[in-house]
Amino acid sequence: MVTGGVIGLLAVLLVKYGNLANMGYCIACFLRDISGGLGFHRAAPVQYIRPEILGMVIGAFGAALLTKEYRSVGGSSPFLRFFLAFVGMIGMLIFLGCPVRAVLRLAGGDLNAIVGIVGLVAGIGMGIYFLNRGFSLGRANVQHNLNGQVFPLVTLAITLLVLFGTQVFFVSQEGPGSMHAPVLLALGAGIIVGILAQRSRFCMIGGIRDFILFKDMHLLIGFLAMLIIAFAGNLFTGMFNPGFAGQTVAHNDGVWNFLGIALAATAVTLLGGCPLRQLIAASEGNTDCVITILGLIAGAAFAHNFGLATSPNGVPVAGQWAVVFSLILVLGLGYLGSKQFSISGGVNIEHNS
Amino acid sequence: MSTTVDARGLLCPEPVLLTKKAIDQLPGGSVEVIVDNPAAKENVTRLCENKGWNVMVKQQGLDYVLKFSK
Repeated sequence: MVTGGVIGLLAVLLVKYGNLANMGYCIACFLRDISGGLGFHRAAPVQYIRPEILGMVIGAFGAALLTKEYRSVGGSSPFLRFFLAFVGMIGMLIFLGCPVRAVLRLAGGDLNAIVGIVGLVAGIGMGIYFLNRGFSLGRANVQHNLNGQVFPLVTLAITLLVLFGTQVFFVSQEGPGSMHAPVLLALGAGIIVGILAQRSRFCMIGGIRDFILFKDMHLLIGFLAMLIIAFAGNLFTGMFNPGFAGQTVAHNDGVWNFLGIALAATAVTLLGGCPLRQLIAASEGNTDCVITILGLIAGAAFAHNFGLATSPNGVPVAGQWAVVFSLILVLGLGYLGSKQFSISGGVNIEHNS
Repeated sequence: MSTTVDARGLLCPEPVLLTKKAIDQLPGGSVEVIVDNPAAKENVTRLCENKGWNVMVKQQGLDYVLKFSK
């Protein structure tokens, strides 16, 4: 609950100090900006190395080390994870946001987010269907610690370059990428969220998923806390702006809002957690989750290089086709994955009498 | 009869799903669940406690052995 509330509060603060409206915190948008900042795509308005993401990795890595929870593991279907993350990101860039932003958009009065949250629940339901039928990405194994350390250490190196103002990355001169809170504030906000999310196992998908599966409210309370605190914060700062049309970095095409986030939610439910949770697990030494993050970054690059992502002109036809194809692929993968693993016994229950 | 669920190397929700599958078949008795990450340990424990099972957690090397009884 604390993590959700703090993210809601920091999101409002970050918008107050420069981040784009209803985008105080968005893992998908920030990874897309980082993808652009590293030059993987050349969409000039969305290029910026977002310190919030760097801070989250550093915060979660530090917390995992201090609590002795850091452990390098990997080998659980890395390429399938890359693929699911890749197509999931395309869905998020059609909707324009990850599950965190869906909530923040709603808290800011963007009523299109209601469609998004319905899509989120539908996608999670789809993922649960496959999980219940035995879908599994298989077991991870313990790896040499070096495997897990590369990701946080590279992040640390990038952070130092950003802090010293080294001009090596692409930076948007206009558009969403140019609108950002001061580096130290964003980095600090990231570190706080990284530590809290590592400790609380916060997950946007997990909240709805566990409620449907086990009637467990534990993670869902965090989801609701974020919504309520961000809503209150937006009211207090005068940033609450209810309506469907004219929302910041949003469109009101309900069908594609729904399908985009449903695609993303199905993919990340099969992955085991929302992009934020993947980022935290990647920082705790899970190299499969590092591959997932790389899949998200590559998906963002692909979406912008090939004109799939939603722009101020709406959802492009190529993007609509990409969503349809990706949905077919993800559902096919879910179906085949369930069949394959239930036959080969991806689960292991022993009854000893 | 005792039931063992080996959920090592699996990320949530799989360890919880496997445990649920095992305990749903049992009116009581004892169940042992082996997990290898703290998130799975906490989630599996929460599920079983909600369903009225008593829990005992033991760390065994890199793994957590959760013994549930009812």
